[in-house]
Amino acid sequence: MTAEPSAASLYEDESLEPADSTLKAVLGATVTLIALTLLWEVLVRQFQVPAWLLPSPSLIAQSMVEWRSELVGHSMVTLYETVVGFALAIAISVPLAVAVVYSPFLQNTIYPILLALQSMPKVAIAPLLALWIGFGTLPKIVVVFLVCFFPIIVATATGLAAVPAPLMDLIRSLSASSLQTFVKIRFPTAMPHIFVGLKIAITFAVIGAVIGEFVGSESGLGYLILVSTSQSRTPLAFGALVLLTIMSIVLYYGIALVERIVVPWAPRN
Amino acid sequence: MSKIHIEGLHKTYSSSHGPVTALQDVSLSIKQNEFVTLVGPSGCGKSTLLKLIGALIRPSRGKLLFDGAQLLRPTRDVGIVFQEAVLLEWRTVLDNVLLPTEILGLDKGKSRKRAMDLINLVGLAGFERRYPRELSGGMQQRVSLCRALIHNPSVLLMDEPFAALDAMTREELGFELMRIWDTDKKTVVFVTHNITEAILLADRVVAMTPRPGRIARIVDVDLSRPRTIEMEFTEKFKSYSEQIREVIYHGPGASRS
Repeated sequence: MTAEPSAASLYEDESLEPADSTLKAVLGATVTLIALTLLWEVLVRQFQVPAWLLPSPSLIAQSMVEWRSELVGHSMVTLYETVVGFALAIAISVPLAVAVVYSPFLQNTIYPILLALQSMPKVAIAPLLALWIGFGTLPKIVVVFLVCFFPIIVATATGLAAVPAPLMDLIRSLSASSLQTFVKIRFPTAMPHIFVGLKIAITFAVIGAVIGEFVGSESGLGYLILVSTSQSRTPLAFGALVLLTIMSIVLYYGIALVERIVVPWAPRN
Repeated sequence: MSKIHIEGLHKTYSSSHGPVTALQDVSLSIKQNEFVTLVGPSGCGKSTLLKLIGALIRPSRGKLLFDGAQLLRPTRDVGIVFQEAVLLEWRTVLDNVLLPTEILGLDKGKSRKRAMDLINLVGLAGFERRYPRELSGGMQQRVSLCRALIHNPSVLLMDEPFAALDAMTREELGFELMRIWDTDKKTVVFVTHNITEAILLADRVVAMTPRPGRIARIVDVDLSRPRTIEMEFTEKFKSYSEQIREVIYHGPGASRS
């Protein structure tokens, strides 16, 4: 910042407060999580709950170490399906949203159908996908793609249309071309909206992959949960669940981090 | 030749209840470098008239000449300021001011120099690297004024530019606008619903009435420049104010007192 010190000091104080409260929230949540885990451990031991019904955290950790190579292998499968499906959804729904916003024809034909399809439970198609394209990773990628596609296209279309009317007037008064309007105004305006859609989509993505695996597969964390539960190896199922949760959180915050870098002006919550 | 010449201008909008007449038979001539304010209650068509002059909408009927030529599409000789600053949040103050020059493809170096001059002129020196969210409403509106002036248009259109600001900032910016207009003369068309503001700024006040929107009275403001806040309390000012109030509240048929 090259601004005068007097001007700079006006605002710098304010930025301290949210950072401070974030730290407090993170600290508070961590302490609570540890406390709850300990309580779980104590209760399971106290009441001698059988491990196949509800394993203790220490037992889960133990089995996670024991089965680490299997867990890592299955995690990679699920992660691959999630990321590829998600990336595919971005690659298709963002350009499609642009097309919808710029084409009244698409706006009146395809877009309403897409909006209607949005209310269809996409995961219910998973068995059909297994029927059509088998039990490999492809049907899981398709499920992930489907659950991610809608939030991203809706968010992008909404964002592209969110340019304030006076700003559009200003741009028109300067006789800006469509390309200039898109590059300089519309797309940057849409960016924070797109990231809202991406953050919703990435949480759906992991669910989509697991559902796909539930329906029929030979690998992935969803498959591992299904198999270990049926064999009463409940600690391992919990281990897979822990990894799924971590994967979801890491992916979500990964997107949030990219958002901070790409759209630093976006409102934070 | 007048800068802007309007004759028998009509504007009708279609609505679900049938056509709505926003402007009816408006005639007005604005001279080069004149400061004209359009004042009236909401629905009197003052903003519609401003948009017509900016060629952002087309008239239903009538003549609208800009520099003697029929106005068919927006001209780059116009700068616009709205009620909201509508700055681009992802751009710094400087880059916001430069936006029109990028769209018009003007020389970068010269534009930058002019932008810095304008930013200094409105008292925002040292803030050119700041982002809009770091600025107060008044400061944001100053930036949007710079953006409107950056390509050096001869006409400045202002649509209730200070209406969203608090009373003190509003007054301050009014005087600042006059100071800038004094050093760099332009034809200004300024829309407001504040009668005092309309008189204090203007060479001529155009009082408009609603249903349908039309010009009720044009008042020549014969006050010396630079204008001061004390002028508000003179008899002359009060008489202007009464003349405008009269037509706004009682219609154009009201007699001059």
